[in-house]
Amino acid sequence: MTKFIDLTLSGVSIGAVYAAVALALVLIWRATRIVNFAQGAMLMVTTFIASAVITSTGSYVAGFAVAVVAGLVFGAVVERVLIRPVESAPPLNAVIVTLGLYTVLIAVAGMIWGDTPRSFPAAFSLRGYRVGGTDLLFAPNDTFTVLVVVGMAVALALLFKGTSVGLQMRASAFAPEMARMLGVKVGRFLTLGWALAAVAGAVAGVLVAPSTFLGPNSFDPILISGFVAAVLGGLDSPPGAVIGGLLLGLALSYVSGYEGSALAPLAALVILLLVLLLRPSGLFSATKERRV
Amino acid sequence: MRAAARFTLLRSLGLIVFTGLILFLVTETVSDYRNSQVATGAYFFAVLAGLTMLAGVGGRISLGHGAFMAVGAYTALLLIGKENWALAPAVAAAAAAAAVVGLPVGLATTRLQGPYLAGATLAFAIGLPALGDKFSGLFGGENGLAVNPPTPPSWLGSNFSLFRWEAWIACLGALIVLFVLYNLVHSWLGRSLRAARDDAIAASLCGLGVGRLQTTAFVVSAACAGLGGALLGAVVQQLATPSAFGITLSLYLLAGVVVGGLGSLGGAIWGAALLVLLPNWSNDLANSFSLSTNVRNNLPLAIYGAALIGLMLVWPGGIQGGLGALRRAIFARLRGRRRASAALPATEAASDQIATDRPV
Repeated sequence: MTKFIDLTLSGVSIGAVYAAVALALVLIWRATRIVNFAQGAMLMVTTFIASAVITSTGSYVAGFAVAVVAGLVFGAVVERVLIRPVESAPPLNAVIVTLGLYTVLIAVAGMIWGDTPRSFPAAFSLRGYRVGGTDLLFAPNDTFTVLVVVGMAVALALLFKGTSVGLQMRASAFAPEMARMLGVKVGRFLTLGWALAAVAGAVAGVLVAPSTFLGPNSFDPILISGFVAAVLGGLDSPPGAVIGGLLLGLALSYVSGYEGSALAPLAALVILLLVLLLRPSGLFSATKERRV
Repeated sequence: MRAAARFTLLRSLGLIVFTGLILFLVTETVSDYRNSQVATGAYFFAVLAGLTMLAGVGGRISLGHGAFMAVGAYTALLLIGKENWALAPAVAAAAAAAAVVGLPVGLATTRLQGPYLAGATLAFAIGLPALGDKFSGLFGGENGLAVNPPTPPSWLGSNFSLFRWEAWIACLGALIVLFVLYNLVHSWLGRSLRAARDDAIAASLCGLGVGRLQTTAFVVSAACAGLGGALLGAVVQQLATPSAFGITLSLYLLAGVVVGGLGSLGGAIWGAALLVLLPNWSNDLANSFSLSTNVRNNLPLAIYGAALIGLMLVWPGGIQGGLGALRRAIFARLRGRRRASAALPATEAASDQIATDRPV
């Protein structure tokens, strides 16, 4: 029973990180219909920047804030410089551009910071809560992780549903021509979508770095799990991304806890195929009319 | 109809005889090192040609073809190493094994589109190696499997280069793939696949079984990947390890197909050349400067990524598409000059444009 509780708690904690990465992918998919394979590398770069700031100032908060701002700028620049030119090309072209960006970022990070992973400080203690004489697999830092991700998801939901900016973002994503005719600066809101996505990614990077360590390739598995989570939830749905992330985190935690971590990727495949067989566009997809 | 079919067969035969001759001359003249590059390019071509049929002609993306290469490589090495099979039947069995694995994956993903299809095939590429870990006794775990290199037959002379022999085998495999795919793409299957790609609903209203067509394309491309993987494992590297077939391989295969030019077998040639030469050139370039270790180790990767981005920005239709546009521009200019002197009608240029716009 203790093991079950442990696995559940650690599943929620890692699931929150998957959810944050999935949110980033969903934001970009909604804005520009592109799966951003460079997301993992982008959040790696912002986390390295955070690490440098924390080392030089000694302040975790400053590092976190700089990572968020760096993500905002980075996402916007990538959209304007690299993605805008391929927006009208076949969809696979944009995918290859993000792959190329992934490769370049990994290489550049290796040049600047070296290929050996380094440690990254946690915001709070990594020692599990003590309940009835045993340490739980859930530390104050995990509470922080879950709270930050939930807070971010709520903030994004409020932004999309409750503000004029959110309304214009949704309009630019779903009906760009109509939005443009009504005076929405569509391009600007697509850039904003990328910038917000990069912020979500940057937050995920800072949260997960204490447990994965920080190296050029450290976040590749996180990106892939985030992608699977986003596909599970449905790429058009931010709540779907959060729930998909938590579901995947829990499932992988149970499978690796009871059957060994080697089987975890296989379990992810089985879950994904089962969900997609029943709902080909993810759990939270809206039913779309077909046009002939 | 029948005459046209026979014509395709003749054309494809001519194509492979011509390509085979060129490859023979190339392998005769170049060094051992270049021959091993030719062999590498040949197995990449086999995989990319299958993938370009799936992605370009069929409009279906796959991020899982590295895993099919792994299936092919491990099948071939197991049959040769443990069962003492000859090379040719082992490679054929490897292609068949990849097709058998591809069938359920293709069936399970028929309802999926775009990124959902990409996600499912990606999960497949990551999930399959887990099986290899589970049965590490059979598959050799992290160290993988190894076999002896293929020996050139004695009638070629005693000092016939091993690398040239490997290049011959790999090129033969690539030519077989080229022959089969050329005929498939120009058959009813290719036409139906294109129809299903452009408008699935209209195609099914015309009586085409869209799901079955796309599954067929998936299985054929999986078999090509299996054959390519078998050539990699049994002939060129004589080794198959799990790390050689990671997710990076699947992603680079996709990059090769798109950068080469999606949907044309010619594009697969450019893609294969790119996958072989680009890492090589960028390595040479990185080593020609005196740089710190960190920079030197990572510069090839940076050049590779920048080249992918640059090619996509400059030539959205891939290398094949870019060369086609270049050729059309040159012809149009030549024709324009002639027209200026002889006042020819412009319709010829326009019809040429339409005819060449279609991918192979």
